[in-house]
Amino acid sequence: MTALALETVTKSFPSVEGRVEVLRGVSLDIARGSAHALTGESGSGKSTLLHIAAGLEQADSGRVLVGQSDLTTLDEAGRAALRRGHVGLIFQQFNLIPSLSVAANLGFQARLAGKHDADFIIHLAQRLGVADLLSRYPEQLSGGQQQRVAIGRCLAARPALVLADEPTGNLDEETGDRVLDLMLELTAETGAALLLVTHSSRLAARCEARHHLRAGRMEGTE
Amino acid sequence: MTRAALAALLSHWARNKLQLAMLLAGLALATALWSGVQALNAEARSAYATAEALLSEGATARLDHPSGQIAQESFGALRRAGWLVSPVLEARVTLGDARVTLIGIEPLTAPPGAGPALAAEDLAAFFSGRGFAHPQTLREIRDVPREIRPSEAVPVGTVLVDIGQAQAILQSDHLTSLTLAQTQPEGLRPLETLVPELRLLSPGEGAELAGLTDSFHLNLTAFGLLAFAVGLFIVHSAVGLAFEQRRAMFRTLRALGLPLRTLTACLATELLLMALVAGAAGLVLGYALAALLMPDVALTLRGLYGAPVPGALQFNPLWALAGLGMALGGTALAGAQALWRLWHLPPLAPAQPRAWAHASARGMRVQSALAGALALLAIILAVYGTGLLAGFLLLAATLLAAALAVPLVLTTVLRLAERAARGPLAEWFWADSRQNLPRLSLALMALMLALAANIGVGTMVASFRATFIDWLDLRLVAEVNVIPRSQDEARALEAFLAPRADAVLPMLRVEAQLSGQPAQIYAMKDHATFRDNWPLIDPVPQVWDRLAAAEGVLVNEQLYRRSGLRAGDELDLPQIGPMPVLGAYPDYGNPLAQAVITLPRFSEIWPEAPIRQLAIRTEDAPTLIAALQDEFGLSAAQITDQAQAKEISLAIFERTFVITRALNLLTLSVAALALFAALVTLAGMRLAQLAPLWALGLTPRQLAGLELTRALVMGGLTMLLALPVGLVLAQVLLAVINVQAFGWRLPLQVFPGDWARLGLWAALAVLAAASLPALRLWRQGPAQLLRVFAHER
Repeated sequence: MTALALETVTKSFPSVEGRVEVLRGVSLDIARGSAHALTGESGSGKSTLLHIAAGLEQADSGRVLVGQSDLTTLDEAGRAALRRGHVGLIFQQFNLIPSLSVAANLGFQARLAGKHDADFIIHLAQRLGVADLLSRYPEQLSGGQQQRVAIGRCLAARPALVLADEPTGNLDEETGDRVLDLMLELTAETGAALLLVTHSSRLAARCEARHHLRAGRMEGTE
Repeated sequence: MTRAALAALLSHWARNKLQLAMLLAGLALATALWSGVQALNAEARSAYATAEALLSEGATARLDHPSGQIAQESFGALRRAGWLVSPVLEARVTLGDARVTLIGIEPLTAPPGAGPALAAEDLAAFFSGRGFAHPQTLREIRDVPREIRPSEAVPVGTVLVDIGQAQAILQSDHLTSLTLAQTQPEGLRPLETLVPELRLLSPGEGAELAGLTDSFHLNLTAFGLLAFAVGLFIVHSAVGLAFEQRRAMFRTLRALGLPLRTLTACLATELLLMALVAGAAGLVLGYALAALLMPDVALTLRGLYGAPVPGALQFNPLWALAGLGMALGGTALAGAQALWRLWHLPPLAPAQPRAWAHASARGMRVQSALAGALALLAIILAVYGTGLLAGFLLLAATLLAAALAVPLVLTTVLRLAERAARGPLAEWFWADSRQNLPRLSLALMALMLALAANIGVGTMVASFRATFIDWLDLRLVAEVNVIPRSQDEARALEAFLAPRADAVLPMLRVEAQLSGQPAQIYAMKDHATFRDNWPLIDPVPQVWDRLAAAEGVLVNEQLYRRSGLRAGDELDLPQIGPMPVLGAYPDYGNPLAQAVITLPRFSEIWPEAPIRQLAIRTEDAPTLIAALQDEFGLSAAQITDQAQAKEISLAIFERTFVITRALNLLTLSVAALALFAALVTLAGMRLAQLAPLWALGLTPRQLAGLELTRALVMGGLTMLLALPVGLVLAQVLLAVINVQAFGWRLPLQVFPGDWARLGLWAALAVLAAASLPALRLWRQGPAQLLRVFAHER
């Protein structure tokens, strides 16, 4: 069953030298429960592709399907609702909500989506090793701890699709590896599909499938 | 290096033009309000100086008579005995279309002063009738009946003529005072034996215009200072936010080798430039504001104190320099904390918002302690303080304590709301509001100050108005009032009116000193008009009967409170001796102390005192007025009916508070601007906090709605806080400041309708301030929000 499908998606942005084509007819298909890596050089369009898949940005042409929903036909409110209920986003800078405690951050998206499950959140917190940090605030955590909370927040809502943009980019190698292990384990456990954007071929190698973007075109899939 | 660093720092403003505009506008408005008020004060004081300089009242001793009239013979006796005295005649007359003060002098014997100097330009012309008046007075007179030349040396509302001419105009051979030359021949007979009926006034005594109007100017200054303080809150807030926004830049500049000293100097230079630009703009605005308010101020001062203040404003370079100095000083004060923080900031300090909030937590504790100390000072001043200065200190301490307590109270309320919240969005809403409070707190403090001042002053004015109107209805019961031109006319009027009116109540008074204060003693005819209508404070039993029997005296509230009198206390009256106080009567709008005794006793002591006015009771006022005009040819200025009198009194009252209301409104506008500046600046910084919520499934529209709601909630909470503070302020104004400044105490009345209106205005101001950032968030949301994620790498 398809979790994310991109069909000949194009995207360009205006610049002082005219429009810059960032994605030039990219197609991609990710099944539920599978983990895919997306690699490419800086400016190759990885993040734009991820933003389009999350409905944060709209494609100029082509189709974007998340489950059965065609993002290109949805308005802003529809895309937001889809993100809330079906998509989990993990960022390089963690983007936790600074004013909320770890516990509140963990349950935040699940509660927004109406899928709050306290037992599952405690289970996630234990698996992620942040069960002792629930009353703390994001600023009181290390980078690795913050990213683990971000992963927990994402998975607590039981999304069908997890989109991770350089999730270990701000962490040292050892911490990054541990975070990735947890992410792979837990997405597999919840049956979510994972699209991991990364510069690192070492990390990409840990995913079942790897896609490489070059100058806005999908260069190859392994 | 310095130039490059300064350019880098200033580039922030090039990219944040609105923020720069807000900062400059805040400082300019603060300077404008302060310097505008100072310009009004300076103009009025310069007018008082002109009035005093006309006859050198501040430098020469004078002789006068309690009845206000000196017989020509007394003057002759003094001259024959060798005393160097000069006669002065002063009276209110109608010239052309205006009521003016006519001053007659004898230029050859008068001590040196602006008046004699004018006369000396052409003595022959002066003796034969030439007069001098301020150009504004000449315009008011319109049809000048004689040769009157314009001169700035004559106070507004005054006409200076030769004494012979003045006596001819007034049809009187009396004088009002005699000025004594500073050096007198030796061996003269003492004044006490030569003219025992005359009173010697030392230089400056009796010319208390500046003293009397001090309260008015102090009130204006206090408002100017409040507005300036509110303006400084904007500057402080904007400077602080700009520093925080550029923290990353500071780190980079220091990492690139810019010494901390140079960085601090660059930022201080930046502040100086802003202060100069905004200060200059503020001066222009302040001048325009003062010019706009000057006519009302002049009318108020003339109406309340008879102070001859022109309605036009002169430019004074010293005032401009002082205003610019205030802008520079204010900016230094507002920017000092930011510079101090920068000086002590580790080069690689984190820029996390919660870290910032934690750093502020310590500041908040200090602030709370300061608020507590100021509240304690306010209580001490309320219990033990005396005098106007203590009253204003009490006001300042109350307002500052309340303002400093705003963040603490709001934090507590937000924390409670957070605990009670159900649902993730509500929890986030309250938690996020609490986290961002330090950045908004200065603007909210400014808003609280402005709202509290509005509520306090509004309640005071409305309470005063309600009391004043009731009082006017009771005081102005005579249907017609007539001002006779001379005593012959007064007697003729009495005779004419006796068979035609229900009652004729003459108004007679003498000038006196009561309990060491300049005062007037009035005569009161025993009549139902007074018995049935005059409201009294603490009257003794059978007060009117006892007054009629000359068993005591009534005093006005001013004298009663200032001298700490109680019913039954004895008051020493000149030429009468001690008399028991029978009660006090409210006497709003009068700066002088006053006492009332019964008419027969008054006439016994001061038989020469002139009748100044006749209050007439009649059932047919129009017919009587017409008859008086036909018989005596009375001018419109001499005759007023009850409705006119009320209209005039109310108009003076309304004018008194025009300036207060205008300053109030401007202060509120400045506070709204402060909030707008803070919200606009915050909007850019908020993106990083809002973008994750968008990514988690909230639409920009929802986020914009939440931001708008947040601003309204904060504004609403601030308004709720301002309400009790405003009422305390009103109580201080009514029970402390008014008593100290004017001598009357008023009951506090509450006007919830006014609060609702103010609340609506405040909500509109907050909505206006929050709309633009919210609209921006809604309309340009995704593009800007995505930048937050794009900036990660």
